[in-house]
Amino acid sequence: MEQRPSGGAVSDLAIELKGINKRFGPVWANRDIDLKVKRGTIHGIVGENGAGKSTLMSILYGFYTADSGEILVNGKLEHITDSRHALRLGIGMVHQHFMLVDNFSILENVILGAEDSALLASSLSKARRELKRLADEYSLSVDPDAIVQDVSVGQQQRVEILKALYRGADTLILDEPTGVLTPEEADDLFRVLHVLRDQGKTVILITHKLREIMAITDAVSVMRQGQMVATLPTKETSPEKLAELMVGRRVLLRVEKGPAHPGKPLLEVKNLVVADDLKVVRVKDVSFSVRAGEIVGIAGVAGNGQSELLESIAGMRDQQSGDVVLNGNVLSLEGDDGAHRARLAGLAHVPEDRQTEGLVVQFEEWENSILGYQHDPAYGRGPILDIAAARAQAAERMKTFDVRPTNPRLKTANFSGGNQQKIVLAREMEQDPDVLVVGQPTRGVDIGAIEFIHNQIIKMRDAGKAILLVSVELDEIRSLSDRILVMFDGRIVGEADPATATEGELGLMMAGISKDAAPARAVAGGAKA
Amino acid sequence: MSARRPLPRWADVALLPVLNLALALIVFSIFVLLIGQNPLQALAIMVNGAFGYGEGVGFTLHFATSFVFTGLAVAVAAHAGLFNIGGEGQAYVASLGAIAVGFAMDHTVWWLVLPVAILASMIVGAAWAFIPGYLQAKRGSHVVITTIMFNFIAASLMAYLLVYVLKPMGVQEPSSANVVAAGKIPQLRQFFPWFGGAPLNMTAIFAVLALIGVYVLVWRTKFGYALRTMGHSPSAALYAGISNSRMIILVMMISGALAGMVAVNEVLGVQSRIVIDVTAGYGFVGIAVALMGRNHPIGIALAAILFGALYQGGLDLQFYMPAITRDMIVVIQALVIMFTGAMEGLLRPGLESVFMLYTPRQKAEAVVRETVGTES
Repeated sequence: MEQRPSGGAVSDLAIELKGINKRFGPVWANRDIDLKVKRGTIHGIVGENGAGKSTLMSILYGFYTADSGEILVNGKLEHITDSRHALRLGIGMVHQHFMLVDNFSILENVILGAEDSALLASSLSKARRELKRLADEYSLSVDPDAIVQDVSVGQQQRVEILKALYRGADTLILDEPTGVLTPEEADDLFRVLHVLRDQGKTVILITHKLREIMAITDAVSVMRQGQMVATLPTKETSPEKLAELMVGRRVLLRVEKGPAHPGKPLLEVKNLVVADDLKVVRVKDVSFSVRAGEIVGIAGVAGNGQSELLESIAGMRDQQSGDVVLNGNVLSLEGDDGAHRARLAGLAHVPEDRQTEGLVVQFEEWENSILGYQHDPAYGRGPILDIAAARAQAAERMKTFDVRPTNPRLKTANFSGGNQQKIVLAREMEQDPDVLVVGQPTRGVDIGAIEFIHNQIIKMRDAGKAILLVSVELDEIRSLSDRILVMFDGRIVGEADPATATEGELGLMMAGISKDAAPARAVAGGAKA
Repeated sequence: MSARRPLPRWADVALLPVLNLALALIVFSIFVLLIGQNPLQALAIMVNGAFGYGEGVGFTLHFATSFVFTGLAVAVAAHAGLFNIGGEGQAYVASLGAIAVGFAMDHTVWWLVLPVAILASMIVGAAWAFIPGYLQAKRGSHVVITTIMFNFIAASLMAYLLVYVLKPMGVQEPSSANVVAAGKIPQLRQFFPWFGGAPLNMTAIFAVLALIGVYVLVWRTKFGYALRTMGHSPSAALYAGISNSRMIILVMMISGALAGMVAVNEVLGVQSRIVIDVTAGYGFVGIAVALMGRNHPIGIALAAILFGALYQGGLDLQFYMPAITRDMIVVIQALVIMFTGAMEGLLRPGLESVFMLYTPRQKAEAVVRETVGTES
């Protein structure tokens, strides 16, 4: 990468950043960043949460202005003032959370904000032709008249990409694009990205999944604590090497765990039927069991009833029928304080959404360290809260679980995602429950913390606890679980052994294509235990 | 992107209210100028009227006593995420509890009457607030709507009772009979002649106790912990096994009980009977007091004294500057409520941009908000 844009020759760099600095108060979000992205390549950017990837892309896309540094687009120095300016320069962004109008058609969404005349009809017919051309050129077929809310998440993402292309984007920035996709949809996306690249577009891919980086990028840049630590051709690196660069120390990507020694069933779910807030039945007659000393993982694409299942078991959501049996006792969970009774029975719960459920982010850390256990006599025998005891215990746990900064008086919102998750885990695990149900244990958590969290979960297992794990990260399910149940459309459609099941098999089951009479086997799997 | 960074705490709790107050006074001064009077002189009369002499101080503190009760009522509910606008009606109906104890124990001594009357008016206030609380918890009827409605129901109910039930024979106005002996809560002027004719009475002690009690309840008890959890995040409360419905009902009852104490201050402390509209809008002022006092007992105490001073200083102003009519006094009270209550966020963006100069992070986040808003 010795090329310099000089002598009037058009640079072969689509994007070049030189010495970008961005400070937020005392924090350097970006420090002296150099980045060269070659035209017609897929360039990955990896880094932990808070490493500065999003800030850097926001600067490129015109959300932020850099404190200092230069941005060259196609070799030309530009001062990008806002996102419209970025678009004019051919830089488009596909956000992690789609910015689509759900009840508009795909065509209407594509032209939204880019209508070129007062009358919609002429814009629409022009857009229809253009959309057809783009779809053919980049094999991005969509039905322009379909309503966005009716199409799959993968299709919605295509619409976002088409939106950017329609606006003339030459360089596409994708922020964590596979977070919401099934493995198959992700493969589809990768195919599209390859086509885009082969047609001369440039793709910048922000992700924390090293597997994706290895699979589809041509070059990869690694960021750590606001600095660019390396840019490498993907061919010359490995996931282990990238992880080490990201974290700054050696990281075990594989979870190391011994064989499970399952005992008697501690958690049994029998014919559970659960509806969501809109009274739509989301869990349909689900039965399974989790034994002592065993981790059972529930795999599935988000939105197939896993959340409702988890909430119901933890007493947060009323069940329509069926039983949750803990250590031989049927739990009575109805009412809006069901979670309290579930805890008393020995069930600890790490919720999927730590920000709105597992923590009160406005609280100081020590206050969150007693959430759900505030009636425990350890925090005062009478009605008065023993604040000193709670704080002392919180400080203790922060040390055990390596929560940083170690200050129980700090507002919870000021901890990073990984540390917030450790606060929740510390609280739930230190209760020494019989059963631990965990939802998305590492969502939005740094690689360094993921390792720690996984080890803690395995430690619980080895201490003879029954652990139910729900995660949309298939890798996580595969590496942690001793048994995998696959959930689709509210039912358990199959059971798999993580040692032998391939990603392809699991992916098919997650898409609802059951492995030879799978539902029957799932029930049997529960009974077998 | 991370959440908006609020102002530094000192600016939020001290600087902003002072600026809001100053703004209200500036606007008021313009009105005073318009009717050809000297605003500085008017302000001087008000300040002197509120704090300059014993009787003025006595009146100021008397008003403040009622405002503390209603302010705390709003604050406790607010910490649980509930907006109780019904303090007025809860206090009004609670006067039934106060007067009942006043009659029943008129032959005893005041220091027995006072605590029992406080308890009785708390119970009645709580009962009146229970209904909106129950409807919110079990039926999902929003307390903002129901408590407003219950103010009207309370006013109609009390008018009916005063005219048809409580009014003694031969009396020409709608009011209850008088308590004559122990039912009259002693006013402090009986012990400190310095207070002149001010109605400040022993109920004020309970205002101080209520301030301390609410602090302990909200920040030092397990119940208060659960209350604040629900206030910040009902979903976290659900996760923690805190029954939202039970909590809503209990908090509304506590809020109503606090508002109910106003009845003792006014009915037994001043009027010795129930008259029409005995609570005189104190319930509504409580909303502004709680807002300005940031729902914290110390802030509420200060805000209550400020509003007490406005009420009392306004009375003096009306007396010494006849050109300033009763309506003008209402105008200044309204301006202060408007600027410190309803529009307390008016100066916030400006103040935040001033503070932004020192914290670039806020600037960056503001830029994001702007651009995301206009993005297609």
